[in-house]
Amino acid sequence: MPYAFYFDSSSCSGCKACQVACKDKHNLPLGVLWRRVYEVAGGEWQPQGEAWLSMVFAYNLSIACNHCEKPICVEVCPTTAMHQRPDGIVLVDADKCVGCKYCAWACPYGAPQFDEAAGRMTKCTFCADNLAEGEPPSCVAACPMRALDFGERADLETRHGPLKPVYPLPEAALTRPSLALTPHREATRAAAESAAIGNWEEVRPTSHRPISSRNSDKVNKKNSP
Amino acid sequence: MTLFSRRKTPPAPPSPIAKIRVGCPAHNCGGRCLLIAHIQDGRIIRLDTDDRPDRLEAPQLRACPRGRAYLRRQYHPDRLLHPLKRTGKRGDGRFERISWDEALDTLAAQLTRVKETYGNSALFVPYGTGSYNNLNGSHTARRLLNLFGGCLGIYNSYSWGAINIATPTVFGTLQTGNQRQDWLNSKYILMWGWNPAEMRDGTNSDYFVKLARQNGARVVCIDPRHSLSTVALADEWIPIRPGTDAALMTAMAYVMVTEGLYDAEFVRTHCVGFDAAQMPPGCEQAESYRDYLLGVRDGTPKTPAWAEPLTAIPTATIARLAREYATLKPGVLYQGYGMQRRAYGEQVVRAGCVLAALTGNVGIPGGWASGLALQAPDGGPFWTVFPTGQNPVKVQIPVFLWTEAILRGHQMTQADGILGAERLDNDIKLIYAVATNCLVNQHADVNRSAEILRDESKVEFLAVQDNFITPTARFADLVLPACTQFETWGLEDGWKYGDEVILQPKLVEPPGECKSDYRICAEVAERLGIGAAYTEGRDERGWVEWCLDRYRETRFPGLPALEEFVASNVGVYANPVTQPAVAFVDFRRDPEKHPLATPSGKIEIFSQKLYEMGKPTEIPAIPKYIPEWENPFTTETQSTQRKDSKTPCAPRLRGEKEYPLQAIGHHTLARVHSTHANNDWLQEAFPQRVFINPLDAAARGIADGDTVRVFNDRGALILPCRVTPRILPGVVDIPQGAWWQPAEDGSDLGGNINVLTSHRWTPLAFASAQQMMMVQVMRYKGKQVDRETG
Repeated sequence: MPYAFYFDSSSCSGCKACQVACKDKHNLPLGVLWRRVYEVAGGEWQPQGEAWLSMVFAYNLSIACNHCEKPICVEVCPTTAMHQRPDGIVLVDADKCVGCKYCAWACPYGAPQFDEAAGRMTKCTFCADNLAEGEPPSCVAACPMRALDFGERADLETRHGPLKPVYPLPEAALTRPSLALTPHREATRAAAESAAIGNWEEVRPTSHRPISSRNSDKVNKKNSP
Repeated sequence: MTLFSRRKTPPAPPSPIAKIRVGCPAHNCGGRCLLIAHIQDGRIIRLDTDDRPDRLEAPQLRACPRGRAYLRRQYHPDRLLHPLKRTGKRGDGRFERISWDEALDTLAAQLTRVKETYGNSALFVPYGTGSYNNLNGSHTARRLLNLFGGCLGIYNSYSWGAINIATPTVFGTLQTGNQRQDWLNSKYILMWGWNPAEMRDGTNSDYFVKLARQNGARVVCIDPRHSLSTVALADEWIPIRPGTDAALMTAMAYVMVTEGLYDAEFVRTHCVGFDAAQMPPGCEQAESYRDYLLGVRDGTPKTPAWAEPLTAIPTATIARLAREYATLKPGVLYQGYGMQRRAYGEQVVRAGCVLAALTGNVGIPGGWASGLALQAPDGGPFWTVFPTGQNPVKVQIPVFLWTEAILRGHQMTQADGILGAERLDNDIKLIYAVATNCLVNQHADVNRSAEILRDESKVEFLAVQDNFITPTARFADLVLPACTQFETWGLEDGWKYGDEVILQPKLVEPPGECKSDYRICAEVAERLGIGAAYTEGRDERGWVEWCLDRYRETRFPGLPALEEFVASNVGVYANPVTQPAVAFVDFRRDPEKHPLATPSGKIEIFSQKLYEMGKPTEIPAIPKYIPEWENPFTTETQSTQRKDSKTPCAPRLRGEKEYPLQAIGHHTLARVHSTHANNDWLQEAFPQRVFINPLDAAARGIADGDTVRVFNDRGALILPCRVTPRILPGVVDIPQGAWWQPAEDGSDLGGNINVLTSHRWTPLAFASAQQMMMVQVMRYKGKQVDRETG
């Protein structure tokens, strides 16, 4: 019964209540974002007569750890600090972590977040403590637009279908993320036209590789329909 | 100890954690939400949000990121802990600690001195919404001064200046909105300059629009900026040049009228002033709305082609928009407030209301009358019911004109918006500023306001009561440390919308020597000999009980007693909305039997009252597009207003003008106006930037992330930019509310847009026009600047 997140990109405003609720729940320092909101923006402006024609589009992706079926962070961890529970939740054992950052380099979602002061890796716990008490993860309970949910992976896949390619998420086959997602209607345009993450400085914490570099953007796009 | 052995000795068993449901601290944030505070050892360690069942008729009040990041404000290292008095020159920000006795004695003595020297109308409590529940905020000081013989009165607001005054000229009331669940009956929602995802406008307003859209409504956003609301809610974004919304509305009306799409029957039975046959008695010769649209008198038909060069919206789009709104019924035209904080803000309000009337969307489920739209059936939340009492001083100034009342108060007359007297008899000599940053940071033209306040011969004494040394507090002679709303009792109802009462029990003790706004005022009252009158024997909790009684007598008959409310730990009492009320249903059904409170009893497309003011160029009797006094067009634009011109002359943008870019300042989720400006989690989420279109950036050699200088004749900002396609070319956006941080040369390093705004007010409402300004942006080539964060 692995757990999974569901995210409705079509109605996410990018308000970041999820990100901040997560920081409050887990008391995260500045620069550490277990959940982040990526703003994808693109489209051109064309003069038309005396007017401007906008082809502009944008959407948001609220991404935490996807507690993948093939967690590459667990595979590369040299100390077994990064481990997966039977319920699918991927955790890092702070006592075992030496702060080598291999997991952060390997994860294509930027989920492991290095805590500079503590000298070790941290990451989304799926609010396992909340789950144990029958409560939802903090981010899910926070969303003012009700765009986040969680559940059993199989159930969410039945309801929302398999994860569709959405720029700039990496190919799902890579780690098989436990993530169900309703794409924003503009996601198809991001696949076809030039798009970029518009808020790099807001999602790139101090010391981890961003979700995908501008070079690999092209690769990702090729994988999109 | 080896490298891997980081285990500490087992800690002592943790203290128990109490979970208390509490209203999110009330600011002027647009929402009123519920939090669950986790309290351990006298400290709040975590905040969750509403966990009640989430139902359409009484939805959860989920807090936005500002509520969720509240502990960064609550436990900020810069919290004021002690009373302070000024040591340097006023505005230098140098203070020394004093005792409460000295502080309160000083304030009481200054109040007495100024009252005796100049009279009560020289005392002033400014507009302040920095703390905004029943027991916390500027209204506590207003009660104090009212009992002390009164103070200079204020009317109207910074937020809703023009819309407050213009809405009743059409409808005779501000209560023009339905309960929001009714949006689920709409087929079309025009979010016109309206951005509930960021400025909230009632907790859940964005969520209700989402539900309406799921129910089949088409949603269109009209905004210069591709806002967070646009991303989440809109089927289409129509970028518009700021300050030209009335032109778009006028052209839409032209299309509806010339194509016969308007609701002619409704206009005939429920409106006045539409055409020559419908003019009020005595105004038969005046220009009707139809005449204006068709250009009968000015020779300029207000066609979509006329509006295109003004609005930057293609002609075909304007025509399509008009047809959509006129035919996809019922529909909502929701007016945001930013576009009425501009030169002729009254016009855009009136024009929107008239469009709602032309389409017959007034008084029907799924429709919307536009205007301010306080909710039916009872006007909605009160914000506060705390009794400020009667002000014995009857004279009032428009709230935005307080600097005028300092500089030339005794010369101000009704021509300056003075109410309650022929003229003002005083200049402002003492300011007691509670929970407000309006004196410097949030008022227009920061450098001007600062200059006025620095002159100690004008305002002779300035006391500021707040949680931090804000830019306003820097100018204080006396600083009084207020506690936060978690540290005292409070009570909230909704912000504009909502059917809830939310309890704010005291959760933790205030730090240092902080006291509640109410307590401070009570202790000043004691020194002025009016202590018993002020408190009536109640403490903060006692007043919460008193306020609960008022809510119980009015909108919430089932409200429990305080004891029970506290013991249940539910935090919120809601009236479920199962049958959402619709404004103007009675008037719709029978306009003769249920007339409006307008002079004609009908919807006044033409206002005789405005006509009789005799200022048709700035206060026309029918809503018109009037070019702003700071605009991006060349002077040729003005020729479109020429009476002899038969063909509209397309305006040309100022290419060579000194300040060619329009600037706007949206409400960011990083702050509530200027509250939370020092909250590091919110700065991390939404760093302060000037947003600029790639075309404008490229023309200036500016790259994303560059530090830039944004300036006009009033001042300059130095801050990083974000190059983004999500804003109309020719427009830059600087989220309002950042704290002013003047450098030695006077440039602001904090990114406060009010350094650039103008204090000139709107003609009818005497209201803020702070959204209108022209600027230039250049890459900053000066030395590296350090700005404060956190």
